[in-house]
This record gives sequence, structure tokens and C-alpha cells, in this order.
Amino acid sequence: METQSREFKSNSVDALANEPLQTAMGKMKKGFTEKRRKAVAGLEEFEELRDQARDIKNHTLDHLDLYLEAYEAKVKENGGHVHWCANGEEARQTILKICRDLDAKTVTKGKSMITEEIELNDFLDKQGIEPVETDLGEYIIQLRGEKPSHIIAPAVHLNQDQVEEDFRRVHTHLPEDRNLIEPRSLVNEARQVLRQRYIDADVGITGANFLIAETGSSVIVTNEGNGDLTQTLPKAHIVVASLEKVVPTLEDASTILRVLARSATGQEFSSYTTFSTGPRRSDDPDGPGEYHVVLLDNGRSSMLGTEFQEMLRCIRCGACMNHCPVYHAVGGHAYGSTYVGPMGVVLTPALAGIEETGVLPNASTFCGRCEAVCPMRIPLPKMMRHWREKEFEKHLSPASSRYGIGFWAFFAKRPSLYRWFVRVNLAMLKLWGKGDNVRFFPFKDGWTKYRDLPVPEGKSFQQLWKERQKGDRN
Amino acid sequence: MSGSREAVLGKIKQSLSTDASDQERRKAVQARISDHARNLTPKRTADLDQARLIDLLETKMKAVDCTVQRLASMDEIPAAVADYLKGQNLPATIRQAPHSSLANLPWSKNAPMIEVSQGRSYGDDLNSLTACHAAVAETGTLMLESGAEGPTTLNFLPDNHIVVVRESQVTGTYEDGWDRLREKRGGTDMPRALNMITGPSRTGDIEQTIFLGAHGPRSLHVLIVKD
Repeated sequence: METQSREFKSNSVDALANEPLQTAMGKMKKGFTEKRRKAVAGLEEFEELRDQARDIKNHTLDHLDLYLEAYEAKVKENGGHVHWCANGEEARQTILKICRDLDAKTVTKGKSMITEEIELNDFLDKQGIEPVETDLGEYIIQLRGEKPSHIIAPAVHLNQDQVEEDFRRVHTHLPEDRNLIEPRSLVNEARQVLRQRYIDADVGITGANFLIAETGSSVIVTNEGNGDLTQTLPKAHIVVASLEKVVPTLEDASTILRVLARSATGQEFSSYTTFSTGPRRSDDPDGPGEYHVVLLDNGRSSMLGTEFQEMLRCIRCGACMNHCPVYHAVGGHAYGSTYVGPMGVVLTPALAGIEETGVLPNASTFCGRCEAVCPMRIPLPKMMRHWREKEFEKHLSPASSRYGIGFWAFFAKRPSLYRWFVRVNLAMLKLWGKGDNVRFFPFKDGWTKYRDLPVPEGKSFQQLWKERQKGDRN
Repeated sequence: MSGSREAVLGKIKQSLSTDASDQERRKAVQARISDHARNLTPKRTADLDQARLIDLLETKMKAVDCTVQRLASMDEIPAAVADYLKGQNLPATIRQAPHSSLANLPWSKNAPMIEVSQGRSYGDDLNSLTACHAAVAETGTLMLESGAEGPTTLNFLPDNHIVVVRESQVTGTYEDGWDRLREKRGGTDMPRALNMITGPSRTGDIEQTIFLGAHGPRSLHVLIVKD
């Protein structure tokens, strides 16, 4: 997996100065959090369901080989095919072969992060097969030649006027003087343009929210209905899914579904949750003639049995990024990776290697909101810390931070010197800030450019602690 | 084509650190798959009688932008459909699922102006009428089964989808719906597609404002009929 994550710092500086982006992010940070809060308040068992959802995935991961074998057997029994792929290249070649065998010219696509991970669209394009994204957000960013900036709301970084501009640029067969002021008319235009593409497509590709070992079904969860049109109408349906999507039974999927939509969009249930099992049956009036599952590893099996195994519980709801102050400030593109926000900064180094993604695990204030809202109770901050340790051990962190830590360690190992240094610095900060706020600090203008540092009020923590201990004894 | 099957499975086995024997692990997996044990289910439907379940279903469906109408018998369906189409200013046509429960509706007697045809959709039908497998009160969710009597295309291609729910089909939880499906079809046999539908199609992809009718039906009208 390729990333541009090394540019996170400079991307962030650009993002903070990008006015349309800041307008869009201002709207998103309120909407998602408020909707989730209401949905969670409406289900008294929500916290217990989170525990159970976590336990289901833990049990499945501990028996992953066996559940995948059981799942595969059921898919075959229902007339489907399972293609095991170790990496992105193998998955792309497998998909290409299925398309070539059907002489496919166009492929419709339901929203799928895993096909972003293996950069399928670029690849198909180069092979002369046209990929058509059908989710409204994905369609918009495909027109713009961009990547998704959010795992469930790919165009969340854009404003309505930008979408209007793109539609006018691309839909040149429509009258120039048409009215696109209302967002409603943009939704209608996309519906109209894409309708024929569904019907004409040779192959439909979707991801999967779950694979069910009990029945051999793949499950997609959507609101628009585009995923269903994508997988129902063409000659073949290809499901691209990673190993950890499997769950044992329909009951287990139901439990996780109860926390998924509530955490993601704040809905009790998404409009469409579809369980697909094999190709069209002999007496079926519709449905795809072929059903293929591309089962992708791409680094996940190496996460099992490590401190990052828990990340494989992730169900891609997006709650962590919806509640992340860093994501709110810079948006998804700054991360330079397929997966963004807190789940992205943990998963990306695992898939692409910490050498490629260096600074990414530092894109956090450790405020802990991501872990607090994660429906699968993934300890995201703890895992970011693990990555930071690895980054330090491998001498990947920037020289300034390494020297900084060395400088701090020198004093920390000498307590009396440390206390003296802190006292002197407190006094100097007060003088420098004129008793109010520090607005500029030499060599630290990256910090003070965006915010003021309040001058310390009185004593250091150590002094206060000492006094308190004394007070307790008296 | 099995591709990297053995390599991937081998890697998984090697990475998993487990003290349990192979036999114990297999037993655990087999038991879990065949037991269909329920996890926690929400209390909101636990103590409701059938009448209250149906009330909750209606409330939940309306909360997700469905329209709901109660009918005393299947014979009332044609007139109700005609009224609905007229009220919405829609053309008097309907594409009906070839479902046995809908086979003897008195169209010509009670709604002669409606042009009724049967079968799957190819994309040029405005209105569809289908049956369902179950309706889950918990969240106002319909479960629709594909097959000879249930073309999936009728659930997604038409602009307006009308679904018939018989009162006895109303269940409390998704798990109730799965049990009924297993009972009906025998064991773990699934239809090719099982659609859980909760309200009409919608999108929030432009500035998080919700609009109905993104790609699927713009409206979902539910007829709850006494058995």
C-alpha cells in the first residue's frame, strides 16, 4: 500500500489555511457527534452491546483460520467462488481475470474502502476497463480525481458549490442553463446520470461489511441503494473483502449491526442491509450470474498475535474520526493514506510499514475520544503509543524530537537540577508573557502561530504535590 | 482458482498464539455455527404483545420516512394502492411481484383503472408492489427474500415501493426474523438476496443534509394487513 503520510505535517499546514475545507469541516464536526449521541441515548443496552460486539470479534479472530474455512465451504456450496489473495497485486490480477473472461467494458462499484486500499480504479482504467463509482460521495470525488477524505463520507471535505462546479464541468450533455442551486437537484442529477450505467455495466464490485461463516453470505450496509443496484444488475458480482470481516452467525452479525449504524451516522439502522449468498438460482428472475469473493490478506495475518491484533475488530464506522480534534482540524486528505483519522493512524503503519508512515501515529492529542466512542472498544491511543515506541526504536522520529527527548531525559534523571530548571523557566515565561499569554516563542512559532500559551499560574505540579502531601500528614 | 489459500491460512495459523488443541478449536467453531445462540437483544420489544409490536413497527417506520396504512383484509389492497398513487399524483401503474400471497388480489373489481403487470423490473417501472418475509418492530425494518416470488429488482429500481406486511409477519427482533427464515427454508439455506430495508433510499453526501431517493426508491409505503 502506497502512502504520502510522510507529508502529514506540511499537508496539515496547507489544510489549516484552506478556507473551503475549513468551512466543510466546521459543519461535519457538529453533525456526526450530535447524531451519534442521540442514537446511543435511545438504546439502553448500547454499552453492553459494545462489550458483546468486542467479544464476538475476539472469539472470531482467535479462530480465524477455521471460520474462514467454514465460510469458504458455504460459498462454494451455494455456487460462488472464493479467491484467496495474499496482497493487492494478486487481488487486482484476480479481478482483472474475472472481468476479462466476461469481456467486461464497464464495472460499477459500490462504496468500498478495500478497493481504495488496492487502488483498483487506476488499475482497471489502465487495463481499458472503466470503473464507475455509484455512491454519491464516491462519484463526486471520482469526478475530481481525488481520494476519499472519510471512510463513510468520502466527500465530506467539499461544499455544495464545489459539487455544482464539477457536475457542470462533466455532465456536458445536460442543458447549460439548468438550475443546480438546491442540493436536491444535485442528488437528482447524479441519480439520472448513473441509472443507465447500472443497467449497462458488465460487472458490479462491492466491498463487504461482514462475511457470515454460517451461511456463506456477504453483507453490505448502505443508505443510497447504489450497492444493491451494483450487485444485482450485472452479469457478475465481485465482493472484495479482507480476512477479518468474517463473523460466525447471523445472530452475531445482528449484534454488531446494532452498534454499527448508531456509531456511524446516528441512524438506528441503515436504509439497506443486504445479505448476498451465491449467484442467481435456477428459478430466480434476477441477480448476477456469477458470484466471486476476493478474500484479501494484505498484511492483516501478520497483525494477529501482536499488540495490533485488536485493530482487526474495526468495523469501519468512522466514529473515531468523527470525534477526533486532529481530524476536525485538518480533514482526511492531510493523512496521505487510504485510512484516515485515529483508525487510520493505527492501521496504516501495520499495512504499509512504520518506515513509510513515520509521523502518522503522532497525529493525535491523546484526548481519548476515539476509544471512548469506538463501538468495538479498540484501544486506539494505546496502539498509537506502541507505534511511537517503534518509531523511536527504529530511529525514525525527527532529529528535533529525538534531541528534545534526550534533553528532557538529562534533566529528568537529575531531580534537583530538574526542579531548579522548572522554577527558572516558570519565572521566565511569566516575564516573557507579561503575566498574561505567550504569543510568540523563539523556535516554537509553529505552536504559537495558531494559539496562545497561557503563562503558568504560580507553582509547578511537583511543588503543589509536595505541599499537599505535607498538608495530608498534618 | 484457490490462489494463495494455503499460504494465507498457514500465515494465520502461525500468527495465532493459542494453547487450545486443534480439536478443541474445531469443536468450539462448529458449536457456535450450529447453535445460533442469541446475544443480548434490546428490551424495547421483549414484553410487547402482537398488537403493541405492530404499533411500535408503525412508529419506527414513520420515524424513517415511511408512510404506513392499516388494512382489514388483503382484498382492500387494490383500492388502497389506487388511493395512494392518486394521492401522490403518480401514474396508475403497478409492477407486482409474482408472489402467491398477492396472486388473487381483486384488481379488476376494486381498482379497474390501475394497469397491473407482474415480474421483475428492467428499470422502467415507476411503482412496485411486493410481499415480505418479516417486518422487525425494533427498528421498523422489512426483511425481503429473493426468489421466483420475490424479484430483487422490484425493491430498488422503481421510484415508489409498496410493501405488504401481514400482521402475523411482524416480529420483535432481527433474530426472530432469522429463526423464521430457518424454519421456512430449512437449516442454513439463505435466499440469494435477503434485503433488510429501513425506510426509502437516502444520502447525506452533500454537506450532510439528508435527501431521500438517492438511487433506490424515493418513497416506501407499507400496508399492514390483518391476517
